[in-house]
Amino acid sequence: MVNGTEVETRARNLAELVEDMRLGDVRVATALNGKFVPMSARCSTALSSGDRIEVLSARQGG
Amino acid sequence: MPRTDILKRNVWLDSMNIVEKNISDADTLELYGVKVPSRLLLGTARYPSPAIMCEAVKASQAGIVTVSLRRETVRGTAGQSFLDLISDLGVRVLPNTAGCHTAKEAITTALMARELFETKWIKLEVIANTDTLQPDLFGLIEAARELSAQGFHVLPYTTEDLSAAERLLACGCRVLMPWGSPIGSGRGLINHYSLVTMRNYFPDIPLIIDAGVGVPSHACRAMEMGFDAVLLNTAVARAGDPVAMARAFAKAIEAGRMSFHAGQMEQQDMASPSTPVAGTPFFDLGKT
Repeated sequence: MVNGTEVETRARNLAELVEDMRLGDVRVATALNGKFVPMSARCSTALSSGDRIEVLSARQGG
Repeated sequence: MPRTDILKRNVWLDSMNIVEKNISDADTLELYGVKVPSRLLLGTARYPSPAIMCEAVKASQAGIVTVSLRRETVRGTAGQSFLDLISDLGVRVLPNTAGCHTAKEAITTALMARELFETKWIKLEVIANTDTLQPDLFGLIEAARELSAQGFHVLPYTTEDLSAAERLLACGCRVLMPWGSPIGSGRGLINHYSLVTMRNYFPDIPLIIDAGVGVPSHACRAMEMGFDAVLLNTAVARAGDPVAMARAFAKAIEAGRMSFHAGQMEQQDMASPSTPVAGTPFFDLGKT
């Protein structure tokens, strides 16, 4: 699940997934199964079937 | 206007400027060791357009704006565009954890915000229920403890509850943000007595009224009560003219702060004539 939607991906790690989403050059923050994954750890964070991934970016807020 | 009156007026204006300058020099808001140029913190959501949001922020003179994190789409550019827009404003950003209903969600969101916005400041929200958007004080304290331990500067959205406030301070919070009324309600300060009690109970802790402020008079009242700042969003964003309303809030907050410093008169239960009674004509007629 990526951002609440079920997706099929060949990405092996979180960095590749962000690249697949064409967000490699965009400032985003990531979490895997409810835990924050810093940018520096995305390459070494392997993905498995059933993982829940959040890819967030900046938005307006109150 | 006669020349002498113009001179008198200018002298008076100069003296006012001096008073204002002295207050602003000695009365700068300080949060976590950072001097903040304005006592208005403004939200960035719900404006008619990004351009109007930017103009409203400028008109408000706010030095801090609140922001959030949301899911990005494939090839999405909304996040980066918004970041660029905020960067151009030259203000400090305060990310929030809006929408989080557990301490765990709030902690993860805060960690993501720290990386995304490159700040250790976090407006910590843990929401108890969706109808009132009131803070879940238990989750709030749990998250505040963890985030403070991880080096965050936590600004918790809380209630007037004194025991919760004491626990938040014990967790490491150096600022508290009690609600005025439910988020987005515009009802102002609905628990006046409790807020006065909180202000008196924590005289040295920066207290920011967060949420529920609907019109500039609400913000002015908060400042007259001695609160250190006001955080608002919808009151400006959903106004008929957000830019004009932002300007109005800036003036109201400045007026309220000056009023607080000026020392307010003591209220009386009964009328008390302002014109001197001594020398009142016809004073004795009713007695004959």
